[in-house]
Amino acid sequence: MGDIWEGLEAAFWLIVTLDPELVQISLRSLQVSITAVAIAALIGVPFGAWLAISRFRRRRATIAVLNALMGLPPVVVGLFVYLLLSRSGPFGVLGLLYTPTAMIIAQVIIATPLIASISHQAIRDLWADYHDLLISLNTTKRQRMRALVWDGRRSLLTATLAGFGRAIGEVGAIMIVGGNIENATRVLTTSIALETSKGNFALALGLGFVLIAIAIAINLGIHAISGTEREGRW
Amino acid sequence: MSILPVNLSNVTVEKRGKRIIGPVSMELPGGGLTIVLGPNGAGKTTLLRTMHGIERISGGDVRWQVSRREAELHQSFVFQTPIIMRRSVLDNIAYPLHLRGHPRKASRQQAEDWAQRIGLGDALERPATVLSGGERQKLALARALIIKPDIVFLDEPTANLDGSAMRDIEQLVQDAHESGMTIVLATHNLGQARRLGKEVIYIQDGVIQERSSAKAFFAGPEDAGAAAFINGDIV
Amino acid sequence: MVQRMVLALFLTVLTSVCVHADTLRMAVTTSFHNSGLSDVLLPLAEAEIGLTVELVVVGTGQALRLGRAGDVDAILVHSKAAEIEFVEQGFGTHRREIMYNDFVIVGPSSDPAQVAASSDVVGALSAIRNAEAIFVSRGDDSGTHRRELALWNRTDDGIPTEAWYRPVGAGMGAALNVAVGMDAYVLSDRASWLNFGRKDGLAVLFEGDPTLFNQYGYLPVSAARHPHVKAQSAQAFEDWLTSPSTQATIGSYEIDGQTLFVPNAKQ
Repeated sequence: MGDIWEGLEAAFWLIVTLDPELVQISLRSLQVSITAVAIAALIGVPFGAWLAISRFRRRRATIAVLNALMGLPPVVVGLFVYLLLSRSGPFGVLGLLYTPTAMIIAQVIIATPLIASISHQAIRDLWADYHDLLISLNTTKRQRMRALVWDGRRSLLTATLAGFGRAIGEVGAIMIVGGNIENATRVLTTSIALETSKGNFALALGLGFVLIAIAIAINLGIHAISGTEREGRW
Repeated sequence: MSILPVNLSNVTVEKRGKRIIGPVSMELPGGGLTIVLGPNGAGKTTLLRTMHGIERISGGDVRWQVSRREAELHQSFVFQTPIIMRRSVLDNIAYPLHLRGHPRKASRQQAEDWAQRIGLGDALERPATVLSGGERQKLALARALIIKPDIVFLDEPTANLDGSAMRDIEQLVQDAHESGMTIVLATHNLGQARRLGKEVIYIQDGVIQERSSAKAFFAGPEDAGAAAFINGDIV
Repeated sequence: MVQRMVLALFLTVLTSVCVHADTLRMAVTTSFHNSGLSDVLLPLAEAEIGLTVELVVVGTGQALRLGRAGDVDAILVHSKAAEIEFVEQGFGTHRREIMYNDFVIVGPSSDPAQVAASSDVVGALSAIRNAEAIFVSRGDDSGTHRRELALWNRTDDGIPTEAWYRPVGAGMGAALNVAVGMDAYVLSDRASWLNFGRKDGLAVLFEGDPTLFNQYGYLPVSAARHPHVKAQSAQAFEDWLTSPSTQATIGSYEIDGQTLFVPNAKQ
């Protein structure tokens, strides 16, 4: 119990004093995860929508694989991306290992299946509603996807936020491909892992509270901007 | 040039090996107001959907005066349970124009006019999903009529509605007919058939049993099943 | 609005691709990093020779792997046999000894196995075995882990396999956390232990045996094998590390009044 109080206290002081290191790693966390999730959404949402309205031979298998990829352990993704980006790997010449870009790549791989899968489910339900109308109106596949993505935007936003939650709270992959390098690739989660390994539980917990606060702020902010929860009726 | 008349020749629709309708052969000329009448499960909905081209045909064919692709652009369908898109009243009504690439401003103006006509002029920006059942069906009808189709199919459009909504919708259908649109309306409501129909197609067990003018049909149908149906018997 | 957001996004991605000009990427062991010495040395290196050193903190096994793959420019580890092999196989240009610190046996202050009374480390480990006291092993193929196994091998019954011997497969800090949680014995480098923030009930029980000395070696990754490595920066950093003034800094670094490292670079 004492550690938890100390953690809250540490979080409080870190935030009110705007500790410069905390600000730096928090901004980097946001930069990496927001970029990764934006890219993941640009891939995952249209893919989920396409999957929902398409009928092809391996559709069931594709969905099964997608759902399984949601549970991909981040460490495995990290190792995979490391092997690709390593100097001895196929993309080694790009020199991306231990940069925020490498972390973004790993998080895109982690977040995309989640966003695609939730998008697919949301769009599939909406497609069941809209099916007859959109067929009757003689829509092209592209028009269908546009209508479904636009009208399903609230669920798709939720899917994207779920992807963001998975990305910003993830440590296994970015530890391997980012290296937790101070002033270069250290983010909130890798700092938490580091402080835990140093036995500084209060500080680690404090950083955890900061992470949660940021995640909540992002969620509220997005909903406020998009007005989804306010309109709330569709 | 109108896409009508439409010709059905030996059309059958089967689902899981079971015949739903057919064989159906008929010609529907332009300008009529045809009631498709029959008991539940007779195949009214399937017949309308088949003509509209959204049902998979097992045999025979449906032929319009123009290519199928062209014909599809000039018809609308109103479903028994209105399919309301999760957007505003205005955007729902304007959607078919939007699909056809009409300029945004003109589409919105037309949609607004239609919203006024169906009594939703003060609800333009409201989410359409919160409308009442009658309002939803009127909206679906406005959305069907806004493209000025040659033919409109209505599948039991008032099945779940109260009297006042039913009256509004029947008026809209009458107006559309008088403006020159061909109407095909499926119902099992005899009163509605009497009020609106110029011509009646009686369907039972997936087959057209009788087709005659509304006056003749209600005066005394030739088909025994039709007679029983008018009589209120269970058929 | 959307286009501007997308543009901003791509700019962020692009800028994050660029790396600083004069940087050296070095893989170091957790024990070195946990000592806090890097926090003293790195700013000094930046100030004195204008070199930014980026640390990738991993276990010795992973550090050697990163060096082999050419993902770092140099490594600083403490596992002599593996280091020599690394150089012999041509992955590193040479091995330069920088400094040493030492390992200690940490355990519950009540010392149920009577480790403190042992005269040498073999005796201390045998005492733990005889008492069947819980012993936490790193179990992660790190330099510390390899050293611990070597020490056990010198006892009569070799490496323990019984239930009281618990390999956790984790870094030093995590292993210390486990030891605190289980009131167990554990072999730790002195620096990690002194800097560890949660010593609840644990204390250093055995220390000072010369076989517990822990030599750090600096190995630049071979530019012949990986042409992209920054051989010049690696050389500059080595020169700086082994310079008399830096060696003096290393020798004077202390935590809680205890010096941690003995510099021993040969000029």
